[in-house]
Amino acid sequence: MDMNEIKEIFFQECEEQLAELESGLLKMNDGDRDPETVNAVFRAVHSIKGGAGAFGLDDLVSFAHVFETTLDCVRSNKLEPNQDVLKVMLKSADVLADLTNAARDGGGVDEARSRQLIRELEALANGEMPAASEPPAAKAAPAPKASAPAPAAPTPATAATSEDGFQPIPFSFDDFDGEEQPVAPYVPTCEVLFVPKRDLYAKGNEATLLLRDLSRLGEMSIRCDMDKLPLLQDMNPEEAYFSWKISIATDKGEDGVRTVFEFAEWDCDLEVRTIEDEPEAVAGDDEQPMQPVPFDLSILDDASDVPAEDEPPVFEQPVAPAAAVEVASNVVKLAEAPKAEARAALAASPAASQAAANAAASTAAAPTIRVDLDRVDRLINLVGELVINQAMLSQSVIENDNNGVSSINMGLEELQQLTREIQDSVMAIRAQPVKPVFQRMSRIVREIADATGKSVRLLTEGENTEVDKTVIDKLAEPLTHMIRNAVDHGLESPEKREAAGKNPEGTVRLTAKHRSGRIVIELADDGGGINREKVRQKAIDNDLIAADANLSDEEIDNLIFHAGFSTADKISDISGRGVGMDVVKRSIQALGGRITISSKPGQGSVFTMSLPLTLAVLDGMVVTVAGQTLVVPLTAIVETLQPEASAIHSFGASQRLISIRNSFCPLVDVGRILNFRGTQANPVEGVALLVESEGGGQRALMVDAIQGQRQVVIKSLEANYTHVPGIAAATILGDGRVALILDVDAVVAASRGQPLKQEMSLAATG
Amino acid sequence: MTYAAKTLSEGRELIAFRIGDQEFCVNIMSVREIRGWTPATPMPHAPQYVLGVINLRGAVLPIIDLSLRLGLKAAEPTVRHVIIVAQVGQKVVGLLVDAVSDILTITDENVQPTPDIANEAARNYARGILAIEGRMICMIELEALFPQIESEAA
Repeated sequence: MDMNEIKEIFFQECEEQLAELESGLLKMNDGDRDPETVNAVFRAVHSIKGGAGAFGLDDLVSFAHVFETTLDCVRSNKLEPNQDVLKVMLKSADVLADLTNAARDGGGVDEARSRQLIRELEALANGEMPAASEPPAAKAAPAPKASAPAPAAPTPATAATSEDGFQPIPFSFDDFDGEEQPVAPYVPTCEVLFVPKRDLYAKGNEATLLLRDLSRLGEMSIRCDMDKLPLLQDMNPEEAYFSWKISIATDKGEDGVRTVFEFAEWDCDLEVRTIEDEPEAVAGDDEQPMQPVPFDLSILDDASDVPAEDEPPVFEQPVAPAAAVEVASNVVKLAEAPKAEARAALAASPAASQAAANAAASTAAAPTIRVDLDRVDRLINLVGELVINQAMLSQSVIENDNNGVSSINMGLEELQQLTREIQDSVMAIRAQPVKPVFQRMSRIVREIADATGKSVRLLTEGENTEVDKTVIDKLAEPLTHMIRNAVDHGLESPEKREAAGKNPEGTVRLTAKHRSGRIVIELADDGGGINREKVRQKAIDNDLIAADANLSDEEIDNLIFHAGFSTADKISDISGRGVGMDVVKRSIQALGGRITISSKPGQGSVFTMSLPLTLAVLDGMVVTVAGQTLVVPLTAIVETLQPEASAIHSFGASQRLISIRNSFCPLVDVGRILNFRGTQANPVEGVALLVESEGGGQRALMVDAIQGQRQVVIKSLEANYTHVPGIAAATILGDGRVALILDVDAVVAASRGQPLKQEMSLAATG
Repeated sequence: MTYAAKTLSEGRELIAFRIGDQEFCVNIMSVREIRGWTPATPMPHAPQYVLGVINLRGAVLPIIDLSLRLGLKAAEPTVRHVIIVAQVGQKVVGLLVDAVSDILTITDENVQPTPDIANEAARNYARGILAIEGRMICMIELEALFPQIESEAA
């Protein structure tokens, strides 16, 4: 593993840490005061700092350090994480992300901004301490209020000296007057068992340094276990023989202790547990802590070579050491008498069972592995081939076997099911929750809210909805555009909102959910809605529609998706120059999705995007057009029908309409549009597919015959050829031949000839 | 580029093929494989010389009627015809030809300039002519034949 690879892993981890950081801060912003959340946030920044330090990324380190110091104040309850503090922290998280990106991809960052934030963070950590300590005092009983500022005074000095000069004593002062807090002045004691493996030293870590770091956390006593040290002649200088038992009084808790070993934890066996709370119980427990230790050691001894040999020295292995211990104990349990082991575990002190509980908790998060996307894609491609091959095989068996009831047929059917299942499972590998994209949006909202002076709250729902990785990757851009538009154009200014009797803080709601095999993403704002008069006037001014066009509300709303359309009175640098919604629509379409809008004046607009779950397969209807086989995406088809001669009506020179339940729908001859034949086919001889196109308008597509319904693997035409108008992609059918997948929206658009205007005239008559 | 530099001195290899009564050749390094003709799926709105697309082990491969592309008469593909699968820029295309005739090793001395009677189109793709055993073989440059493929790959 060379340096660049390690660096790459570091940046990947940074991304995860940043996501963790942001979601933690957002939780805190929503009033979450769980110390675990604060710890998670702190850990995220700390890990980034640690990794950045290893790679000499000084900018990142110095920023992360200041950030961390301030977070530490929050963690030790010296700083109340109120809205103002969190606002600074969320901005800091953004800058941290920028710095990380800059460190990875090169390029600059807004240094003024990061310096400004460093100042703000430092101010929070030092100067504003007394001010910030007021809220907790106010929250507490009013009586001790007077005494609160006095003891708080010495704390800023200690906080300002940063982590190196950390002193636990002023902290306990704070606790005295914060009477509502149940934390006793007593400082809990942690029992730490630290058994380095040889890899620890091989990677340049030094047990002494780790122990020295540990000593900074508080008063500790340490005992070195040298039992394993062999005679000099048997000694391997590269082997690790020593282990340490440490008992430390610290208010940092187990997590604080684990943090010290953070970068070594894969290369050592680490047991950390807190000795029971009550001081009087400590005395009683004093003897017991020694008991579980040999117990744990024996497990580690028995099992340590199992993982040690199997595990390559990977950094990304996200299995916590505690989990490894659990796995190890499972191994032992399987190998030996399981009941005896379980009883031994039960007999051990409560502390040991607590450790076991901790281990179980950390295994609860399902273990994951990190796999190169290319490998997954290769697998998906191969499975795609398998599906095609299986279909080809089935077809040739059917052709050669007239009875239809042979064992071969049954075997083939099973094979078909298996391949389907394999395909589904492989596709599931690529499925990822939309959470990262949604999280990115919260940052966008913050930035635009700042730039426009609006106050905006972003609510997200269904962040864990899963969808194919490629869809997620391509979703970010259109979503960004839409969020920007929603805040910039959709929401009114706070004054206007107040005047309209609304909450001055606007709300943007982002929802994701699965609906009938697709993912539906909704973006709703509670702004003013679309100003239809303005849109209409603009469209007339820009010559998009005729001045006397009679448009429905829905049609007017859809005008905003038209190229070169922007209704904002002044062009802002945020939502661009009217390319926004046009680009959004095209990128959503490129993903095989649809976007619709519904708007209520004064109440806001809802944009609904419906996207396929995967870009690799598609459920399609296989049809014949002019002797060619085509696939029509099933999602586009509303219904199929056999037109009767009486239902066909001519309209104008060449247009034909079909009446369906008393409404008229334009007929589109697919063969004609695609130039497969010169003359229009007789509709009565074919089948009409009623499709819904993006604008919500319906069209009846004429095809010659329907062959069946099939799931097809999408193959790119662009890879070796070019984009073909009216064709979305290609696929390979059971007979091994290529069939084209129809781009329904493009065909419908082409049928309009002069795209928008003609549709309007048709709509006006219909 | 290093390949070109190396082969200038050592001589380079070309694949020669027949279309009608003429012979052409392309650099062997751009040829991926040679396979028999299979019916292609026609593409809508395609230029006439694009016969359609076929399935090449899971990839969609456009088939070009090279004869028509070179300005000769349209091919009437039979089972005897072959498809030269060639790399052009970033893309892979299938070239329909009558038959593959030879593999040639040449040096720059064998290449004669394209005669100036040739029309503009021919001069665009022709990179010279070879005289080998009394036959005349026209050396063509695939990238020049499909400039749109090149530019789109970029």
